[in-house]
Amino acid sequence: MTDTLHIEIVSPERLLKSAETAMVVVPGSDGDFGVLPNHAPFMSTLRPGVLEIFDDEAGAAERLFVKGGLAQVSPDGLTLLAEEVIDLSSVDTGDLASQIKDMQEDIEDAKDDVERAGYEKELAWMTALQDVLAA
Amino acid sequence: MPSLKDLKIRINSVKSTQKITKAMKMVAASKLRRAQEAAESARPYAERMEKVLTGLGASVVDQPGASPLLIGTGRSDVELVIVASSERGLCGGFNTNIAKQAKAHIAQLLAAGKTVKILCVGRKGVALLRRDYGDLIIDTKDLSGVKRLGFGDAQPIAREVLAMFDRGEFDVATLFYAKFQSALVQINTKQQLIPAPLTVAANDEDAGDDLAGAIYEYEPSEAAILEDLLPRNVAVQLYRGLLENAASEQGSRMTAMDNATRNAGDMIDGLTITYNRTRQANITKELIEIISGAEAL
Repeated sequence: MTDTLHIEIVSPERLLKSAETAMVVVPGSDGDFGVLPNHAPFMSTLRPGVLEIFDDEAGAAERLFVKGGLAQVSPDGLTLLAEEVIDLSSVDTGDLASQIKDMQEDIEDAKDDVERAGYEKELAWMTALQDVLAA
Repeated sequence: MPSLKDLKIRINSVKSTQKITKAMKMVAASKLRRAQEAAESARPYAERMEKVLTGLGASVVDQPGASPLLIGTGRSDVELVIVASSERGLCGGFNTNIAKQAKAHIAQLLAAGKTVKILCVGRKGVALLRRDYGDLIIDTKDLSGVKRLGFGDAQPIAREVLAMFDRGEFDVATLFYAKFQSALVQINTKQQLIPAPLTVAANDEDAGDDLAGAIYEYEPSEAAILEDLLPRNVAVQLYRGLLENAASEQGSRMTAMDNATRNAGDMIDGLTITYNRTRQANITKELIEIISGAEAL
C-alpha cells in the first residue's frame, strides 16, 4: 500500500507530468472528484475546468486548466489523457475575451450544424477558462 | 576529348553539388532527431488511448447502438484513402514508395467495384497520384507552412474526416504512411482509421490485461466515454501517422543525401584522374614537339 498517489498527465504531444502527490481534484464531466491514494478503479471523461494537484496534505495546490479528456484511476495511480493543458498564469484575459468574441461571431456565421457544434465546443472551454480566471 | 578547362569546370560544379548535398544531409540529420523525439513523446498518449479503447470497445462492441466509428456503417462501398507524403522532394524513394502502395490498394478496391476517394496530406503525394487517379482526389492538405508538427495541425484534418463520415460520404477510412524504424528503414504502413480496428487488438490478451484486472466504475457511462473517445482516437492516430511520416521523410532524405554525397565524391575522383591524365598527355605532347623540333635542326 502506498501513501502517495502517482499521477501522469499525458497530452497527445508528450508526457506532461509524472509525479507523486497526496491528492488530486479532477474536473469530471459529472462533477469534480478528488482522488486520494488507493482510490477504487474509476474512469471518467473531463469537462473544461481546473485540475488541482496537492503535493502534500497541507500544501497549496498546483492549478492547471484542462480542456477536456479522460481520467483513468487504476491501482497504479491516476492517468489523465488531456487534450490540452494550460497554465493559468500564462493566460492573457484581454486576449481570451477577444477570442471568445471571435468565436461567438463564428457561431453566427456557421454554415451547418456540424460546424456550429465544433465552434460551440471551442467556446465552451474558453468561457470556462474565463470563469475560472474571474473567480 | 574535353579540354583541361572543361574538366576543371566540371570538377568544380560537381564539388559545389557535393557541398549542397552534404549540407542537406546534415540538416536532415538534425531535423530527424527532432522529428524522432516528437514521435517518441507522442507515444505514451496513443498507447494509453489504445489500452482504454481496447478495454472499453470489447465490452461495447456487441451491444446495439454502438458508435459507427467502432463497428462501421455495415457497408464498405466507399473508401476514403488518406495518403500522407512529404512537402518537399529530394528524399529518395520516400514518396514513390508510399504512392506505390496506395496505388496498389486503390487499384484493388476499384477492381472490386468500390468507390474510392483520396485525401492527400502533403504536396508530393498529389503529384504522384494525380496522373492515375486525379479525378478521385477530393482534397489536398498542405502542411508546408508548418515548421513543427503539432496536434493542432492534425486536428482540423481529423475533424474534416469525421464530418465527412457523419455525412455518410464514406464507410471506411485507411491511412497510408511510412512508419519510422531507422534512418535507413522506413516501413510503408496501411492503417485503418474508421472503423477503429479493435477486433484485432481485443484478441490480444496482453492489451486487455490492464483493464481486465480491475473492475472499473464509469462516469458518465461506458458508452458515453467511448462516444467521446472515438473521434479523438481518429485525431490521435492521424497525428501519430503524420509524426512517423515526418520522421521517415527526414530519415529517407538523410540516406538519399548521404548517397548523393558519396556519388559526387566518386565522380570527382574519376574526373580528377581524367584531368591529370589529360594534363600529362599535353605535357608529353609538347615535349615531343620540342624534342623532335630540336632534332630536326
